[in-house]
Amino acid sequence: MNFFDETSPDRINETLMRFLYGRILLREELPFSDEELRDSAAVRSAGVLRVNGRFVCNRCENNEQQLFASFSCFRCKRESCHYCRHCIMMGRVSECSELFEASSEHETWPVHNSSLSWEGTLSPWQAKGSEAILDAIDKKGELLIWAVCGAGKTEILFRGIEKALTLGERICIATPRTDVVLELAPRIKDVFPEVKVSALYGGSEEKDCPGQIIISTTHQLYRFKQAFNTVIVDEVDAFPYSYEQTLQNAVKKAARTNALFIYLTATPDKKLKKRAETGKLQHVKIPRRFHGRPLPVPKFKSSWNWHKELKKGKLPKPILNWLRTLQETDRSGFLFIPSIKLLETFLPSIQNIFPSAESVHSEDPNRKEKVLRFRNKEIKLLVTTTILERGVTVPKLDVAVLGAEEDIFTESALVQIAGRAGRKADDTNGSVTFFHHVKSEAMNRAVRQINLMNKEGGK
Amino acid sequence: MSRCLYCFTPYAFPLSWESLFNLHTDNGLCEECSEKLEEINGDICEMCGRPFSLFPEQYRQENTCNDCVRWESDIVWTGILAGNRSLYVYNPFMQEMLSKYKYRGDAELAKVFYNTARKMYKKEFQKHILVPIPLSEERHLERGFNQSLLIAEGMGPVHNVLIRTSHEQKQSKKNRAERMNMENKPFEAVEDVSGKKVLLIDDVYTTGSTIRQAAKTLRDAGASSVSSLTLAR
Ligand SMILES: [Zn+2]
Ligand SMILES: [Zn+2]
Ligand SMILES: [Zn+2]
Ligand SMILES: [Zn+2]
Repeated sequence: MNFFDETSPDRINETLMRFLYGRILLREELPFSDEELRDSAAVRSAGVLRVNGRFVCNRCENNEQQLFASFSCFRCKRESCHYCRHCIMMGRVSECSELFEASSEHETWPVHNSSLSWEGTLSPWQAKGSEAILDAIDKKGELLIWAVCGAGKTEILFRGIEKALTLGERICIATPRTDVVLELAPRIKDVFPEVKVSALYGGSEEKDCPGQIIISTTHQLYRFKQAFNTVIVDEVDAFPYSYEQTLQNAVKKAARTNALFIYLTATPDKKLKKRAETGKLQHVKIPRRFHGRPLPVPKFKSSWNWHKELKKGKLPKPILNWLRTLQETDRSGFLFIPSIKLLETFLPSIQNIFPSAESVHSEDPNRKEKVLRFRNKEIKLLVTTTILERGVTVPKLDVAVLGAEEDIFTESALVQIAGRAGRKADDTNGSVTFFHHVKSEAMNRAVRQINLMNKEGGK
Repeated sequence: MSRCLYCFTPYAFPLSWESLFNLHTDNGLCEECSEKLEEINGDICEMCGRPFSLFPEQYRQENTCNDCVRWESDIVWTGILAGNRSLYVYNPFMQEMLSKYKYRGDAELAKVFYNTARKMYKKEFQKHILVPIPLSEERHLERGFNQSLLIAEGMGPVHNVLIRTSHEQKQSKKNRAERMNMENKPFEAVEDVSGKKVLLIDDVYTTGSTIRQAAKTLRDAGASSVSSLTLAR
């Protein structure tokens, strides 16, 4: 056998296995011929399984029967060929689909000694989080990092990732939003210049074997199996309702046996909180922002009958005052309102007195462009629904919520909204105002939470 | 509690006056998704069914749009298609929905359209036989199902009269002259439809040329009239 022959069967098998290690892919996703697949060590299985009369998707592990449907299939000629609707956005997995996988047992990744190229320093609180991660890399298991908005959670991860790389491990950072993948990937590439880092999201073009560090939307994890030694799940509480359980399964499936799971969040849900508080889940709190200043505490302002006033086309007095005050400063404003419908009726009356105000919502096709103009201070006031509560950071920012008592503003949404203000080291005093007709329990809990964090951070 | 066919959110059907009197056609969607669908009604081009409210007045000649006037003034095409009706505006949501249905292959989404399509069928096209636009063998295998056939099956008994003679080329990649050309016929009729009124079923009416090509083939095979119904326009 010629060792250098790229087309020799062994060579092809090696390329194929490299491509497949740690993944579970549809036939259509494999750029290899049927013969090459047949001669390889890849393991094939059916796309949809029947276990005790119930369907299970072999890719995303969905077993909710309502999310299986069937059609008369032209491929397999079955009258009803069942398929999984849960992971359909990644290509259909049906009873006649074949999935291919390769056990990652024999897969090795390069060992990198001191691969971190970062000159920054950690705040004392960040250092605490970083220590906890270093420790967990040895011990494996689970770790919750409960870090306030603006704690600087990315830097907290650096040393831990560096350590995992010295062990030749493979790491994944999973986040619910594509925006975050796009923001995070270049930063990680920057500080680990010698490591292969891949960004995966819906529509990303990664035809290659993915790298040793993967930055991915959580959905892309469905295509992985026993791949990672460490999975870092960002904004673990932010998953849409219907995905919760399956995404958790996907995270587990993507990890190797004896892996480390790190959960990052500023607003853990009840379940996580309980597990942390009863000692069942190892956790570390980072109650202070990286710049060392406490979180701005929301002020409650009564805006009696704001709903009726808006219907009459009038701006409630308290809001009007807030807008006027903002106008006289060089600060930017974020105004949250409960629904897209209200946004539409409400915007013209705001623009009457505030011509440079703009609105943005989740389905706005110009969303990216508007957020950019807001960051560049071309838009002074952005009126929005809850979609921007996470992620957007602007210097010199005041934040207000109109109708803070509405159901859509949950405790964690309000904490996240409040967390937009005062993030920059040179302006830590942004104001947060909740305008309300009545006070909700969520509003009270959000403020209690913020006060508690400030108290703990003051120690 | 059922789940929205599109976004999977559990929802309860709102008990309103509309639903009590069954004015609202159940489409299996939650309220939020339902609102994003724009039903076509009101002032439309009497030929292709496109809503006049959505395009400039100068593209209109009385009750017909300019596109249709052009088709009808070409002697090859005069009177070939009796008319088209479409259910929904091809807005961004409808584009997303149809792309999930066709390209991701989520066959279940056909159910969103069953009731509305059936209603339109009964109201406008009584005594027509249902003929779906076919896919080529290659495309059919790739997709696993024919999106137009699935819709037609939801409306009534289907007659698979047409087959593709060649692999379909994207209509949008051809220029207008090529689209209007009848030289290389894309369809063939495999059943006699003499004296029958035919209703063609397709997912989207864009240029109208696929549907007219199919209509021409059916007219040549004896159909007394050919109309079409599409999900989007
Ligand atoms: Zn699935
Ligand atoms: Zn099948
Ligand atoms: Zn829905
Ligand atoms: Zn027309």
